Amino acid sequence: MAADPRPQVLAGGTDFMVEVNYDHRRPTAVMSLRRVDELRGWRRHGDRLTVGAGLRYVDMLESEFEVSAPALAQAARTVGSPQIRNTGTIGGNVATASPAGDTLPVLYALDAEVTVSSTRGDRVVPIQELIVGPKRTTLAPDELIVSISIPVSKGPQEFLKIGVRNAMVIAVASVALVVDGDNRHIGCALGSVGPTIIRCSEAEAMAEAEIDWDRLHLPDPRVYETFGAMCAAASSPIDDHRSTSRYRRHGVYVLATRALMRAFEPGA
Amino acid sequence: MADGVRVVDRPRTGIGVSTRRPDGGPKVRGEFAYSSDLHADRMLWGRTLRSPHAHARILSIDIGPALTIPGVSAVLTADDVPGRPTYGLTVPDQPVLARDIVRYEGEPVAIVAADHPDTARRAIASIVVEYEVLEAITDPQRALQSPAIHPDGNLIRTVPIRRGDVDAVGSVVVEGTYEMGIQDQAFLGPESGMAVPDGAGGVDLYVATQGLHQDHAQVAPCLGLAPEQVRLHLAGTGGAFGAREDLSMHVHACMLALHVNRPVKMSYLRDESFVGHVRRHPAHMWFRHHATPEGRLVKVEAQILLDGGAYASTSAYTAANSARFACGPYRVPNAVIDATCVRTNNAPSGAMRGFGVVQVCYAHESQMDKLAAAVGLDPVEIRLRNVLARGDELVTGQTVDVPAPVRECLEAAASVPMPPPASDVDDYGLPGGAGRTADRARIRRGVGYAVGFKNLAYAEGYDDDTRARCRLDGGVATITCAAAELGQGFVTVAEQITRTVLGVDQVVLAPASTATIGSAGSSASSRQTYMSGAAIAMACRQVAEGARRAVAHRHAVAVEALEIDEGRIVSRDLSIDIPIGRASEEPLEAEVNHHHRETFPMDPVTGQGDTDVSWVFAANRAVVDVDLDLGLVRVVQMATGQDVGKALNPLSVVGQIEGAVSQGLGLAVMEEVVTTDGIVRNPSFTDYLIPTTADMPPVEITLIEEPEDGAPFGAKGVGETACLSSTPAVVAAIRAATGLELSRVPVRPEDIALADVRREG
Amino acid sequence: MTGAVTYRLQINGADHAVESSWLGESLLYVLRERLGLVGSKNACEEGECGSCSVLVDGRLVCSCLELAAAAEGTEIITVEGLSPDGTLSDVQEALVAEGGVQCGFCTPGFVVAVHDLLDGNASPSPLETKEALAGNLCRCTGYGRIEAAVERVVELRRG
Repeated sequence: MAADPRPQVLAGGTDFMVEVNYDHRRPTAVMSLRRVDELRGWRRHGDRLTVGAGLRYVDMLESEFEVSAPALAQAARTVGSPQIRNTGTIGGNVATASPAGDTLPVLYALDAEVTVSSTRGDRVVPIQELIVGPKRTTLAPDELIVSISIPVSKGPQEFLKIGVRNAMVIAVASVALVVDGDNRHIGCALGSVGPTIIRCSEAEAMAEAEIDWDRLHLPDPRVYETFGAMCAAASSPIDDHRSTSRYRRHGVYVLATRALMRAFEPGA
Repeated sequence: MADGVRVVDRPRTGIGVSTRRPDGGPKVRGEFAYSSDLHADRMLWGRTLRSPHAHARILSIDIGPALTIPGVSAVLTADDVPGRPTYGLTVPDQPVLARDIVRYEGEPVAIVAADHPDTARRAIASIVVEYEVLEAITDPQRALQSPAIHPDGNLIRTVPIRRGDVDAVGSVVVEGTYEMGIQDQAFLGPESGMAVPDGAGGVDLYVATQGLHQDHAQVAPCLGLAPEQVRLHLAGTGGAFGAREDLSMHVHACMLALHVNRPVKMSYLRDESFVGHVRRHPAHMWFRHHATPEGRLVKVEAQILLDGGAYASTSAYTAANSARFACGPYRVPNAVIDATCVRTNNAPSGAMRGFGVVQVCYAHESQMDKLAAAVGLDPVEIRLRNVLARGDELVTGQTVDVPAPVRECLEAAASVPMPPPASDVDDYGLPGGAGRTADRARIRRGVGYAVGFKNLAYAEGYDDDTRARCRLDGGVATITCAAAELGQGFVTVAEQITRTVLGVDQVVLAPASTATIGSAGSSASSRQTYMSGAAIAMACRQVAEGARRAVAHRHAVAVEALEIDEGRIVSRDLSIDIPIGRASEEPLEAEVNHHHRETFPMDPVTGQGDTDVSWVFAANRAVVDVDLDLGLVRVVQMATGQDVGKALNPLSVVGQIEGAVSQGLGLAVMEEVVTTDGIVRNPSFTDYLIPTTADMPPVEITLIEEPEDGAPFGAKGVGETACLSSTPAVVAAIRAATGLELSRVPVRPEDIALADVRREG
Repeated sequence: MTGAVTYRLQINGADHAVESSWLGESLLYVLRERLGLVGSKNACEEGECGSCSVLVDGRLVCSCLELAAAAEGTEIITVEGLSPDGTLSDVQEALVAEGGVQCGFCTPGFVVAVHDLLDGNASPSPLETKEALAGNLCRCTGYGRIEAAVERVVELRRG
């Protein structure tokens, strides 16, 4: 393992330390953000939330945050164990850019914008442009994720995650569904079923056209499964030691169907 | 009662009471010294270079780069093994360090000692090994047709059983093939220990193990040392479940310590642990059950294939267990059974809780449910019609001459009240748990039953004797016994037995070591309470006899005039009444060597023979909720009826059962070492999943107490049996919920969600 | 050894100097191998088992996932800090009494995690207990006696 001369930016460190403990990474310099308080908080201004990159998963479980970002809160609750949720951060989840990162499908579904900072100044990047592959981002070596901006919840939000155990498990497949009742928009994104998070644009457009937006109902109950099938078709899963591509695609179908059913009751 | 000695229940600390563990305080305070906690001045860290290939020829090893790293004190290879180059629990077929060939991924190739674990791993990474990769034989079904992987050949053992009329047929026949993946013991305390050279050419090894003396018998020859030059001492052991039957870092740490003349500690990381110990044999099994229209068994046919991995370990005996227990605890008049264990380029298989029986219990219980369906009986009734009872013969021809409360175990499990319906459960308690995936309309509940049994202690003529010494001095009883405490609570029971027999309050358990006493045998096969517990009771009784003689002498009365009664020496006329602890001015000491009853080999053609010492029985009922669409399972409740003989410490027995059930549950729905061409894909707790709190339901336990004559206070060993029947019970419950065949464990979500069989929505 | 660093840690109310430590050392390693505080256990070193649980500034974390050098300036409580005078805490006492200890390798982690749970929630429901302890693996007990110990402490603290 070649030593990396650049300082490693340490947020929660939960991914980083596993690599160090197992000799997959040899740090020579570390810049810890653990006590940079300005990265820790979140604030609401108007209809948007600015979430500090250092916000821990446990902080997202607080009721005030949950009201504004229910799917993100639910995703945070599925992350690892209490110990991990007390340590890991949303900024770390983004920077690690694992397709199994639990908060990422929610951030994709919400069209999150990531503020990135360096000595050259700040830039704002849509999350789907920041993450370009499994554990690959467009972050420059000297750039740091400062905050993430998402819209405040304006409708039902769901996050469902399949794991082979009832707790503390890496996602085999996950689905985030967010509804913007004001703008009559649906966002849906899939985790663990492709090299990056996958956005389900065609399924979203189909469902948006079928929903009775005045009542937030779905007149045609066949649409639930059509939606699930379109999301499954958008997925691009692989076989690995955690599951099979066939099951993952099927799982997306079931989760997306259920997510839409939870968000919109049937009937005109 | 055993040996005619009166058993006295002392309310505070004696037999039958849930006394506290003597090591409980240190363990909850974090002060208990586990093998990985050891430290010594000038201590170095050892580390192992392992093969990345499942099968390869070693063309060259260049240790030069490692030797140049500052802080590295030693780099050793096969050339440096001072004594016998191989070791093994039953056959010395496994190299201490690979020389020409590596036969599984993870096989040790070189070892280093360095001043810091990071230095040691950099040294390991710098060693250059040139391999010629060979085809890996990893499919056990191909092993016997493949070139020999090892000079000993690819067949480890075939065990046939032919019983009664081998041509008998039943009017009802059910058939099935079953498969079991690799289960890892996944103890939490890593393989670890510290070797300390004695300055005179010998070495002391402080190590976590199940059997100090069986380790010693392998370590000393490999070091080329006389037995007395090598002393093994039990360090705190963080679980075992069979995985510490075989050596891991033992010889390596000693080699390094002797080479550098400094203490050397080795402690495996979790990824290393997954290839650093033997695991449960994966199995392919075919069964055909014949029965009458009333569901009475006529004949069982079974073909069992176990993957032994690259080296023999205990595979030959595992195969024998698979054969002998293939029919389950049922009356089976006719049987044709063959169990075969083969060698492959997978990591070695060996002992794990339930030793060869877990595999067949899953198969025979699956068959019994098929049979129930075929003859129109419910799963409990089909079992009750066939259960073994005391006096029945096994398929080996041996008569079950100990309590066999199979019916009572099953009826107890079946009569536990059902848990509340899923509709009463919060989201987190539904299938999928934290992931909040459940749709309540798509959850089905299922109930399944299973029974199982297994032998207690070693079999087939093996005399796994045990030694214990009791010394009574100044009212304090000191027990010396080399039995390994792994967590199971032997230390608690040892104290209880001593207090009960001698009536003393103060009991000291001397450290377990090869230096102070002979072998107690291994903490394996549910045998330690039964064997070493008996030895301690006998030693204490001999001390009590000595006390009786001492009192008789002092009071100038005939020995026969005195009785041993509730820890006191009492004369018939009650004029003498002295606690045993104060009976003698001089220390009293006794050492016993206890043997179980003689057993005999299996006939090589028919498998017949009085092979076993005793048997233990258990039954489980499982209640599960299944998400039909996602195939996610939540086990809602387990109910266990357990034959215990006599519960010496009921709380400890409950703990054994709950732990065994959790491992059986894990095997049913999540635990599997996944390999591709012999390479382990999931060597971590991130990907090898064991049950969490969220996966374990309440276990409702009924202890069936029918004391066994000759056993210590009537107690049987209870470490394993609940693990046998919990796996098939969970799978049966999933079948009941889904209507699926489920012929492989662990049952994966895709096995349910993507099954082709149609079922009711 | 490269990248040696020196720093101070506040552990169980005491100040400890850590000298010439490799930068990559986890808090778990420093506790165990440099400071002799071996109560925190090393079962997985990847944050999956909870055996190394400690409190850092009052938060329950896996010490194997804390870079030791980055923990300077925090208040660290280990299992050794929960019974400083040798008297068992109510949680420790309950774990022994209820049979929640077998091999005990997971036990120090559970001690810290149960204290953390009950300090934040005096009377957790059975499912809340399960969720709070899901990050602590135990291979021996099947958790039943550990959950019984939690219930005992809840009862005792209720008075």
